[in-house]
Amino acid sequence: MSDQEKTIDPEKERRKIKSVKTMKDIMTHYYIEAKTAEETGKKVAWITSGGPVEPLIAMDVIPVYPENHGAMIGASKMGTDLCEKAEGMGYSGDLCTYALADIACSTVNGGPIGGLPKPDMLVCGNNICGTVLKWYEVQARYYDVPLFILDTPFCHTEFSDEARQYVRRQIDEYLVFLETVCGKKCDHDHLRDVGRLSMEGQRLWQAVLDTTMNKPAPMSAFDAFFHLALIVTLRGTQTVVDYYTGLLEEMKNRVAEGISAVPEERYRLLWDNLPIWFKTRWLSDKFAAHKACLVADTYTSAWCGSLPYLDENNFLESMAEGYSRIYLNIGTDRMAEMVVEMIDKYEVDGLVMHSNRSCKPYSLGQYDIARIVQEKRGLPTLIIEANMTDARSFSESQIDTRIDAFMEVLKG
Amino acid sequence: MVTIGIDIGSISAKAAAIAKDKLLGSKVILTGYNARQAGMAVFEGLLKELAIDRDAVGRIVATGYGRNSVDFADQAVTEITCHAAGAHFQDPEVRAVIDIGGQDSKAIALGPNGRVTDFAMNDKCAAGTGRFLEVMARALEVDLDAFGEMSLQADEPAKISSLCTVFAESEVISLIAKGARRTNIIAGIHASIGARVVAMANRLKLQAPVMMTGGVAHNIGVVKALEDKLGLPVQVSAHAQVNGAIGAARLAAGG
Ligand code: SF4
Repeated sequence: MSDQEKTIDPEKERRKIKSVKTMKDIMTHYYIEAKTAEETGKKVAWITSGGPVEPLIAMDVIPVYPENHGAMIGASKMGTDLCEKAEGMGYSGDLCTYALADIACSTVNGGPIGGLPKPDMLVCGNNICGTVLKWYEVQARYYDVPLFILDTPFCHTEFSDEARQYVRRQIDEYLVFLETVCGKKCDHDHLRDVGRLSMEGQRLWQAVLDTTMNKPAPMSAFDAFFHLALIVTLRGTQTVVDYYTGLLEEMKNRVAEGISAVPEERYRLLWDNLPIWFKTRWLSDKFAAHKACLVADTYTSAWCGSLPYLDENNFLESMAEGYSRIYLNIGTDRMAEMVVEMIDKYEVDGLVMHSNRSCKPYSLGQYDIARIVQEKRGLPTLIIEANMTDARSFSESQIDTRIDAFMEVLKG
Repeated sequence: MVTIGIDIGSISAKAAAIAKDKLLGSKVILTGYNARQAGMAVFEGLLKELAIDRDAVGRIVATGYGRNSVDFADQAVTEITCHAAGAHFQDPEVRAVIDIGGQDSKAIALGPNGRVTDFAMNDKCAAGTGRFLEVMARALEVDLDAFGEMSLQADEPAKISSLCTVFAESEVISLIAKGARRTNIIAGIHASIGARVVAMANRLKLQAPVMMTGGVAHNIGVVKALEDKLGLPVQVSAHAQVNGAIGAARLAAGG
């Protein structure tokens, strides 16, 4: 909070997660490498957060994530400006603000890192939403580069054989696309290794998240929002495996030493939807003041939620299902089931839902999920209406009141 | 011992005093731009009117958007919890509260002990709040206080389909231009507020008896529209505008 307080609080120091520095170094290195790709002769692909990244890693292409960039733009409070710029270009303010910020950023090389490196190709998976299709088409035209679209059918309840074949065939087309753009053959043995590392990274990430089953939780969802960046961006590399091995170690030590994310944790909550990037600090302090810890969330766990469908001995084959059955590509009933499973697993007392104007597929079924949770587990839900990057949709005093009122309900 | 509740809303500041489970009195002033000052003024004004000595005052609970600026209060509690407590104090049977204030509206479900079990709020949009009515009163050049009675004389309530205050205002203006009767337009406005608020309230499982609180509760037309949409009778709090302050005073007494 107040940075005037220069005196070091030993209790706060103890609570700080030490791996944060390593993570920042890795991300800095990653972005430097990406931004200097032209000089080093490496190719850069922009890819959606739910896109199949392993073939890129296997082909030595640097994956860059406009959505991760969007999160950085949001966290550095530059979202509103860029969204306004995009609106000025004629895009509706109702669109996803990651898309708006990215499209505007491309034209001015703005944002916290002076824009993303120019892509050599775009890879778009519509397993997260339909917005990305048009967004990537716009960018493909703007940069005049080839675009590959992986079309994953919506999995209302199950994943049919037809769907499997349909997506599987596209994975082959994807490899041909990459071979054409890169001008070299894909080394399938290497791809298998990358697949194995990807799954190893996802397992470790899940293990890190699961340390919050401990009471008190050694980390909160707000920490997960930060440490998530690697599993999104560098999945399939040894770096990720090493980093999360270290982070898991640190979390286990915190549990052993009784170091909690929130001092005197009394209430355990589950977060739904994307973070409100420009307000994570405020929200985390706000909940902590009520001795409430957001111990888990549906968002960061989405990057290890496909593990049951992936097969490390047959990675390429299993990618079709793994990339189709992700949280935003399943029916609301199944989403609610997953939320209820998480409620039980992490033993939470209530649900906090960010009703996100920006991300429709994430926000559409929320009232139904809240109702189902109420019926099945009798837990209350707090709805926070906001936007992940654009501060214009965030009204602090109203949200402050809602959080206080919700906590009053929980305290009874 | 007297306990005091102070409710600093966006438009008005309210105070209520309770002793031995009885409401001693209440006071309403305009908040103005300084919430802290308004809190002090309404507090001192109330004590003066009731001839209560400052030393006789026990705990003070502040509520409303300005709750954290009342620095002489012992505790800050949200208006959700206070409206529930206030309604419960007035009628322990009440199981639901619909509060329409100047800037927001809320629906609250209560347990038998007067505690909140669930709530829904519209704090984003002027439609479905007192502000909506003010805008319409201006467009129609009718005194807002006359709205309730006038709407009862409607023979064919107009349809206001827009959910947005700004669009609804132009809808009203075009209705006036078409020669629609003001009574019918006002009834249509009330129906639109009723629909909006009930759509929000339906997220909760509201049970009767339902009590309406907040300044808008004095408008019989809105009350009727709510009853119509809810399909439940709605009783109006005898102290609609100061219900939050009463609840705060009640919570200050430990109830
Ligand atoms: S709409 Fe939602 S899922 Fe799609 S890109 Fe935006 S934030 Fe991501």
